Amino acid sequence: MNYLSKFSAVFLTIVASAAVFAPWVAPYSYETQDTLNTLAAPGFDHWMGTDRLGRDLFSRLIYGARVSLFIGVVTTLLALLIGTVYGALSGYVGGRTDSVMMRFVDVVFALPDMLMIILITVMMGRGVMGMFIALTLVSWVTMARLVRGEVLRIKEYTYIEAAHALGAGDLRILLREILPNILGLMIVTLTFRIPVAILAESTLSFIGLGIAPPFSSWGTLANEGWKAIKFYPHLILFPSIAIFLTILSFNFLGEGLRDRLDPRKRTQFG
Amino acid sequence: MLTYFFKRVLHGIPVLVVVATLTFVIMRLVPGGPFDEEKKLPPEILANIQAKYHLDEPVITQYLLYLKQLTQGDMGPSYKYIGRDVTDIISDTFPVSITLGLLAMFVVVGVGVPAGMWSAYRQNSMVDRVCVFFAMLGVSVPSFVLGTVLVWLMSHKLHWFPPALWEGPRHMILPALALGAPFTGYIARLTRSAVLEVLASDYIRTARAKGLSESMVLIKHALKNSIYPIVSVIGPLTAGLVTGSFVIEFIFSIPGMGSFFITAVTNRDYPLIMGVTLVYAVLIVLANIMVDIIYMWLDPRVRV
Repeated sequence: MNYLSKFSAVFLTIVASAAVFAPWVAPYSYETQDTLNTLAAPGFDHWMGTDRLGRDLFSRLIYGARVSLFIGVVTTLLALLIGTVYGALSGYVGGRTDSVMMRFVDVVFALPDMLMIILITVMMGRGVMGMFIALTLVSWVTMARLVRGEVLRIKEYTYIEAAHALGAGDLRILLREILPNILGLMIVTLTFRIPVAILAESTLSFIGLGIAPPFSSWGTLANEGWKAIKFYPHLILFPSIAIFLTILSFNFLGEGLRDRLDPRKRTQFG
Repeated sequence: MLTYFFKRVLHGIPVLVVVATLTFVIMRLVPGGPFDEEKKLPPEILANIQAKYHLDEPVITQYLLYLKQLTQGDMGPSYKYIGRDVTDIISDTFPVSITLGLLAMFVVVGVGVPAGMWSAYRQNSMVDRVCVFFAMLGVSVPSFVLGTVLVWLMSHKLHWFPPALWEGPRHMILPALALGAPFTGYIARLTRSAVLEVLASDYIRTARAKGLSESMVLIKHALKNSIYPIVSVIGPLTAGLVTGSFVIEFIFSIPGMGSFFITAVTNRDYPLIMGVTLVYAVLIVLANIMVDIIYMWLDPRVRV
């Protein structure tokens, strides 16, 4: 792996640990108000300044990482799980079942993602749960298509035939013979899809259609900061930078992992 | 060619029906109606309003009525902009959004494709590394982050461009950049890998061997054959630009469809939400059809 990927991995580990251990890492709680220092610029007491209510932005950013990362990672994992089971079944069974299952995937795939996420979050309510369901519902189809394609390809190999000949059952073939061969692809896809989910969530929260208080993701913080951009730019710049660096790191890490795990694509994109 | 076109259009219709139905169902499942206000309306008035908008009829009747009106191009009255039809609002705001989208598309193709080509041509040089790095930055920067940073830097700090509204070319530059940048990075990477692949092939060596100038080799031979993967992402690209535009319209207070969409969602203005969603969906379906047709026109192998 190149040094950018390694650096990204280190950065993401730090962010993730900060999120997990937020109460111990953050200098203040996310709701402590320093009423003498409202809207303070970044300084010694408050590294990233404070907001309208005197809450420490650095601490809020650390707590916000919990929401942003949790949504990004867990929805993607869930989508991967659903997509893999669906795609593997469709590809392995093949024939008419496959075409019916894939026709359904095609329709879901053709729906505009962002619009669907907005409509579903409107229906489910503007909470973590609604965002969670909306993101999972739109992103599993990508995984399903990918896994199906791989399973279709791999099941024709002679070693699968050999496994059949040795009397292995379908489940065993899927789990023991096919799955290990697509595991690398799945890990790479996971790494590339997490930032997509983080992006979608933060964008929606930014325009005020995503996560609503009391929970605040990085997008929510950016939305609060946006109202004061002219005079208190630190309120939006820090959350924005956090989102940007996290997405960038996931992408660098994904490229590194792809070069490692998928030799066929080693030359692409430098 | 013509039959193919009609066939593709026919394939697009189920998607639109699904979108129309889904939005209708979702909107009716949402708790709280458009006329739930903090101050409760007297029951008689509420009943009158509901009768006016056919909200007192069974859901299935409402659905059929909605579909029937749709086929006539009528998307019903807006619940919140009194006296205005959804069709009205959309025809007012659509040109703004489409201008923004086309400008961004211009940035994407105008910068992304040449950058990708140049980068591939000078593979592993300093230029290439810089391009690859910037493309990665572009792919990773959310357009709302870029938009806000541009507003802060270019408008509030340097006073070079206006921070908001839509009143002339100077107002269009920042939004188009913010909307286009992420996709520019994407297209540049795609172009680079496509051109790299083509440059390694034998006929490029032949072209060089017969003494063609480098620009001739690049443009006539390399670009022409690496254009397919680029064309094939124009569909998803349009979808991204279209649905990405509402964030940009929000940031720059641009009176386009996206701004109205966001307000409509918070106001529960069902007809407006459904109308805008449908227009977005139609745009995306059309873009995909267009891509297929361009593809067929470019590549004789697909033409059978």
